[in-house]
Order: sequence, then structure tokens, then C-alpha cells
Amino acid sequence: MNLHQLTAHELHGLLKNKEVSAVEVANDVYSRIDAVEDKVKSFVTLTEEIALQTALKVDEQIKNGEAISPLAGIPVVIKDNMCTRGVKTTCSSKMLENFVPPYDAFVVNRLAEAGAVMLGKANMDEFAMGSSTENSRFFATKNPWDISTVPGGSSGGSAASVAADQTIYSLGSDTGGSIRQPASFCGVVGLKPTYGLVSRFGLVAFASSLDQIGPFTKDVRDNALVMNAIAGHDSMDSTSAKVEIPDYTSYLTGDIKGMKVGIPKEYFAEGMDPQVREVIQDAIKRFEELGAICEEMSLPHTEYALPVYYIIAPAEASSNLARYDGVRYTYRAEGAEDLIDMYKKTRAEGFGSEVKRRIMLGTYALSSGYYDAYYLKALKVRTLIKQDFDRAFEKYDILLSPTAPTTAFKFGEKADDPLQMYLSDVCTLSVNLAGIPGLSIPCGFANGLPVGLQIMGKHFDEGTLFRAAYAFEQSTDFHKQKPRL
Amino acid sequence: MSETNKFDFEIVIGLEVHSELHTNTKIFCNCTTEFGGDPNTHVCDVCLGLPGVLPVLNKKVVDYAIKAGLALNCKIAEFSKFDRKNYYYPDLSKNYQTSQFDLPIAEDGYVDITVDGVNKRIGVTRLHMEEDAGKLVHSGATISSSSSSFVDYNRVGVPLIEIVSEPDMRSVDEAIAYFEKLKSYLEYTEVSDCKMEQGSIRCDCNISLRPWGQKEFGTRTELKNMNSFKALRRAMEYEIERQAEILRDGGRIIQETRTWDESKGVTLSLRGKEEAHDYRYFPEPDLVPIIISQDWIEGIRQSMPELPDARKQRLVDTYGLPEYDAAVITSSKALAEYFDECLKYFSDAKVISNWVMGELLKHLNASERSIAECPISPEKLSDLLKLLDKGTISGKIAKTVFEEMYETGKDAETIVKEKGLVQISDESAIAEIVDRVVTANPQSVDDYKAGKERAIGFLVGQVMKETKGKANPGVVNKLLVERLNQ
Repeated sequence: MNLHQLTAHELHGLLKNKEVSAVEVANDVYSRIDAVEDKVKSFVTLTEEIALQTALKVDEQIKNGEAISPLAGIPVVIKDNMCTRGVKTTCSSKMLENFVPPYDAFVVNRLAEAGAVMLGKANMDEFAMGSSTENSRFFATKNPWDISTVPGGSSGGSAASVAADQTIYSLGSDTGGSIRQPASFCGVVGLKPTYGLVSRFGLVAFASSLDQIGPFTKDVRDNALVMNAIAGHDSMDSTSAKVEIPDYTSYLTGDIKGMKVGIPKEYFAEGMDPQVREVIQDAIKRFEELGAICEEMSLPHTEYALPVYYIIAPAEASSNLARYDGVRYTYRAEGAEDLIDMYKKTRAEGFGSEVKRRIMLGTYALSSGYYDAYYLKALKVRTLIKQDFDRAFEKYDILLSPTAPTTAFKFGEKADDPLQMYLSDVCTLSVNLAGIPGLSIPCGFANGLPVGLQIMGKHFDEGTLFRAAYAFEQSTDFHKQKPRL
Repeated sequence: MSETNKFDFEIVIGLEVHSELHTNTKIFCNCTTEFGGDPNTHVCDVCLGLPGVLPVLNKKVVDYAIKAGLALNCKIAEFSKFDRKNYYYPDLSKNYQTSQFDLPIAEDGYVDITVDGVNKRIGVTRLHMEEDAGKLVHSGATISSSSSSFVDYNRVGVPLIEIVSEPDMRSVDEAIAYFEKLKSYLEYTEVSDCKMEQGSIRCDCNISLRPWGQKEFGTRTELKNMNSFKALRRAMEYEIERQAEILRDGGRIIQETRTWDESKGVTLSLRGKEEAHDYRYFPEPDLVPIIISQDWIEGIRQSMPELPDARKQRLVDTYGLPEYDAAVITSSKALAEYFDECLKYFSDAKVISNWVMGELLKHLNASERSIAECPISPEKLSDLLKLLDKGTISGKIAKTVFEEMYETGKDAETIVKEKGLVQISDESAIAEIVDRVVTANPQSVDDYKAGKERAIGFLVGQVMKETKGKANPGVVNKLLVERLNQ
């Protein structure tokens, strides 16, 4: 049995019935990692010792007849921007190459309580800035479907590891599409939850008002299960919402008859791959066949999402990343003459070019004399974008769009053209700006590569997203297809 | 103020006061705010700004800021928020300070001061909350001349309020009076312990001069690094003279930040307008806005203690104290409480006030002690005043006893008994000594009879000397006059 190919809910059944042990599962997945990691390169750090210890503990519980949680003994991979106590957390940056946090992120804590088996830390674009994982200071992660193409980003390692069956599920973070776009490129399920639903405590901040942690899974049910474990209020995060957390699996009914679905026409603009368009249109047809009422509609301020995002996110980043200065736990450049020189050399050497670009963009946007024209204006337009969605959700239960305008692109294809790279997130940025949830599910193939369908919903209405996604998934088998590695 | 009138320019002063709030824990984490402690022992992941940590606002800080705002007659904002003030310096663990920019918690208040009997209202522009920075210890004199520096983050995240005044002060005395009043408000409301020497209250000063009659303000300089009232006064006086000299010579003042050099007694340029930081303020995305309900404000208003002005008025109205006495006694909360305590044991408020303002403050100042460290309790002082009131001891002796009490901490009665200081009021005993003194000093008797009334003072002194000061001065005076007029 290829345990590594299974989902969490499938493995849970096997573990509960003592058909397999958690140690067997962990060993099987590590064998898979050994077999394909050279090609995919998902991991910055592997934590085999911790994983086997946890697995043993879970096996002990099962042996003793104790009830185990749905994620107990199930392998997971954590993006390397979530703090793990005693385990390096690098953000794929030279700056934090040797940073070992003395504490766990909230989500890591929650998963540990659930008995999750942490296999390792996933590669990413440096400080989560990028859309291809080419900006990792260590190495690029490959798309398991075609290793000459990128896995997307910034959570490329998290997405690729799930697609390559190097883990059962993983956690990523999404500031402008960093979960959904790589989920789309790698053919897995990826959720960016509502802002405030999952605590950001211990997530190394990129843009605080946009960052959210979410799961990558092999199917929708697993995604709902992981959300059951990580969603909920955290007193350590002031922006964490106090909302009732439902059992998300209760939404997996398969029934979407009468669901009102909006198709925002702005998401089908120029620059979209015609084959991707076709796949998305087929998916919409499938929704209609399942009884949903689909209708073209408009989110008029969509075109401003990109410029607004590239003012707000870098502005916050320029401040969030100021603490990496060589004084405390970071990389420190050698041979500095004085304090200012130390700052300059440390940051020049410690950060890669995309991070520096965004720090400069953000610093500029916040500078006196430019603040009103850039940052303040961007905040106002952000409100307009939010209002577009508020209005849409008065009428529609969900909105459907492509997750990305193209399938995975080749290495180097956009690396030298930041604007082209930024455009690959054009379908996902608005969701972060509005703070609403967005889910990407596999919905077909174009050019032999996976295509993702983005489902957008109301604030804290993840349940409806899961309902819609599950109904679609049940009537298709895209999620069951595996890359040949 | 008469001095100002003589001066050839009008002085314009505004103050920015930073005060640490006396909460148990820091503004965004649970670390203690206690002063001292080995370097980097009062710290945690949050105040050290480790990657991924988030701030959580201490509600007590908001309570205290509201309290201070109400004491300064400010309007409390229903909607307020935090912003990030971005600048690089190693004493900041995040290289930004979480502060408040355009929506401070309190605005538009005032403080009333009295200088040379003249009342004046000083505007308070705003009061906002922020976090304190850490401390740097350089191997050399300054950061640029040091080969290494150590950073102590114990103070990082200690809550501060910054209180900005209007440029309403027109003399150094007014500025000092304003600062003293502000300090007493913060002490009365117990939001800060206001220990200047520990840096828990700090004052920056904006100063400019303008020709009399001119409406526009002159170019100002900002003074920093004054660590005592004395330093504040000296720095302002120096800076006023420095600016005046430049203006008299037809020069122009440069807008800049200047630092007070205590050892040299001068202000030195720190940075010019061009080098001023661009703080790139923007709303703190890790914190939610602060919404303050009327109920919250009312709750705090109800819990407010009596403030200096009200207390002063109470002393005037209830005990008939002169305005000046009442102002001195209420200038510090601890002193006012000492006074009130005395009244529990002794009913003559004016006598208490004379002794508190006289002997007590004189001794405290001379020994550089605060009222909290006073070795004479209110009860013991009252006992002394009772002995005086009953005529057991004379006023002169009482001062001697007071001194002894201050030195030894003994009570008045013990000292009086031990040293045999009981006053002699027995007329026959005193008459005998009067006889002797009159006989021994014929010259003074002649002087007196020739109309030099002052001569009686000398004779009284001689009688007191004979009795080692124990004779009742009233009786001595009466008997002497009778004897000389025979």
C-alpha cells in the first residue's frame, strides 16, 4: 500500500483500525521524500527525529485504546515562515539562516496538540515575497507535474510536497495568493481563510493586514479537517476574530442545488491563457449541471487590486522587516565600520533582490510627501474593493474565477520581469485586500499542467466554500490524478 | 513677570513631556515594568521583537491614559488607534516604535498655573500612548566614538504617555510651573511615579524668541536631555540667551534639535531640520483600533482622586489657609496627605501649615529627602504642636525639639522630658530673674527709659539666656515692662 498517496481521512481510518501504525506512515512518507526530493526540492529542513517521536506517541495512544484526533499520526509539512520551537525557521532567507525560535507558532501548537507528525519545513520565496519560489535564497522548488516549471509561490515547497506525495498535507501562508496560486500550479486544494480566522502568532510577518495561514491538502475533506484544527480565537493575536468555529466537514453534503454563483467578468481579462479559460468555463458548466445558478457579474474595482496591493504590502513589509538589522538574532555582516555600516552591509547581504525591491517600494510609499498620494489613496481604494465584494455577496453565495491566468510557467520565464511575475497573482490579490476567504481546487488540465478554480466567499463563510468545492470534487477526478515523477 | 518685561524679546516655550505609566506589566506583553534588574532580564519574545510575535494591548495602559487625560481636562477620543513610528536605532527591538500619530487618545486640554500670584491657563494639545525604548551602554562616550555598545531591552515596551503643550509659556518660570503642575497631576492620579532621576518622567522643550508685538512665532529649537528640574531651568536659560545673542547680532536661528550638556552647561546641536527623521508613520496593522465608550470614561472619572486645584480650594475654604500656603501644600500629593494626616491629631490648620512649610520642608530640602522619607510622622509632629499649644514649651524650644526629632526619630515628649525643656511660666520664678537682669544692665534700662523701645529686646534675650530659653516669652515681656515702668 502506498500510504504516502492517501489522504488524512483515509489514513485516520487505517490508524484507528490498527491496520497501519503512525510510525509506518511516517517511514513510508520519508521513503517517498528520499525517492523524489532530489527532483522536487520541497524541504529546507527535515525533522525526522521529532516526527518519529510524535508518531510513536500516537501509536502508544492507539495501543492504549485512547481516542485520537483526526490529524493524529498524520504527516504534515510547515512552511518555513512559521515558528517551530527548537527547529530552524529561515523564511528561506540568508538573514534568518540560523534562527531557531524559542517558541511555536499558534498553528504549530494546535497541530502538535492534535498529534500531527511534523516532517519538516518547506521551501518558499524569501520572506514569502514571490510567485514561483525562485526567490528562495537556498534553491528553487520544482513543480512535480513538470520539473522544468515552477511550483508557484510563495508557498511553493508546501504545495509541491503535497502534490509529490512527500506529505499528506501542509501549511502555507497567503498574503496575495501564496497558497492559492501554488495550489493551482501543483493541482492540490489550497485555502486562504478569512483574515482573522487563523491566528498569525508565530507567522513571520510579511504584510500584517493581509497575511493568513491556510492548508494545502489532497482533497476538500482534508482541508476542512485541518481547518477544524487550526481555526479559532487566539488571545496572543489582537486581529484574531472571536467567531464560532463550526465543524467544517458538516458542510460536505455534495448538494449545491440553488446555490447562487457569480462569475466576475474582470477575472477573464486579456493575458489569460485560452486553454485555462476553457477549463474554467467547463468547470462553471459543471457547477450548473450540479444545480448551481451561475451568472456573469462585475467587481468594478478589480483592476486596481494590483497597484493597491503593491503599495500596501510593501509598505507593511518595509516596517515588518526593519527588525532584521544584525543587532540580535539575524545574520550579521563581517567587517562593518560602525553601526550604520553594519545595518547597510547586513541588509545588503542578508536580503535577496526581491525583498530589497519591496522594502524600497514600501519605504517610498510611506515617505513624507508621498504618503497621501500612495499609501492613503491605496487604503481608500482597498475599501472600494471590499465594497465590491460586500455588494456581490448580497446577491451571490460564492464567486468563481480562475486562480491564476496561466498554468505553471518555466523557470526564469518571469524571474527578470517583476511586473510579469506580479501579474501571475492578479486573480488572487483582491481576496486578501478584502479579507474574504478564497479556495483553489483542481478543475482540469491545460497544456498538460493543472488548472485551479478559485472559489471566493463571504467573511467567515468557509463552510459554503467547502460545500461548493466538495460537490464539484465529487463529480470529477482531477484531484485524484498524480504527477509522474 | 518683571524680568521678562526687561528682556528685549518675547519668550515662547512649549513642552513635550514623556511619562512612564506605573502599570505592573508592559504595554504589549506580560513582562514586569520594574526599574533596574540585570540587563535583559525583564524581556520576552514579544518585547524583544522576535520574528512572528504580535503585540496585545494592556488595558490598564488605556485606563491610565484616560485618567491622565481627564486630569488634564482633555477630550477623550471615542476612536483612537496605534501607528508605527519607523526609525533605525539599536535600542528599539523592532526598529519601529508603536505610538499614536493622528488619532491620539486625548486632546485639547489645559493646565492652570500660578506664577508670582498671576494665574494662567496653559493649553495641552494632545496626550498619546506609546512604548518606551531600551537603553544603550557604550564602551566610549557616544555611540559613534565607541568600539562596541551593549543593549539592555528591560525598558523596551514600558508604557509611556507623551503630553504635548501649546506654545503658551512666556517665561522659564511659567515652563517650570507647568511642568511641576503636570507632574503633580500624574502623581495625584497615580498613573506615574514621576521619578525624574530614573527617567520615568522626561521633558523636551521647544523654545523660540520674537520681537515684542510680533504675531508670528520665531524659529524654534528643540532641547533634549534635561534630567532634573535644575537642568531644565539651566538649559532653557542658556538657550534663551544663546538665541537672543544671535538675534541681537542680526543673525538667524536655525531650526534644529539641541542636546543639553550638563557638565559644560551648554546646549549643543544634535541634528538640523534636514537631518530630521522621516518616521514614515502608518497605522499599526497588528493592533485593532481602540474604541472607548462613555461608560468606560465615566467609570474612570468616578474613580478619580481629588486633584491639586480642588484640594487647594478645599484647604482655603475649609481651613482658611492663605492661597499661597494651600498651593505649596498641595503641590505634591504626598505633602498634602501629610498635612491632612496631621489634621486628624491637631486642629489648628494654619499652625500645621506654618510648620510643614517652614521647618519640615526646610529640613527635607536640606537633607534631600522626599516627604515619604520624613522621619517625623504626622502624629509625632502633631504631638509637638500640642506641647507648644499648651504652653509646655516655647516656640523657640519647639524648633530645637523638632530638630532633635528629625535627627533621632524620638517623640517630642521624650525629648522635652530628657532635656528638661519644659517652659517656665511661673511669674515669681521669672520675676526673680528679671530683677537680676535689670540690675546688671543699667545702660539698657536707661536706653529704654530714654524712649529706645528696642532695648527691651536685649533684656528679654538676657532673661531667656538665663533660663536656657525655657521662660515663657509672654510672661517675660509682661514682667519686664512692669518692672521698667515702676
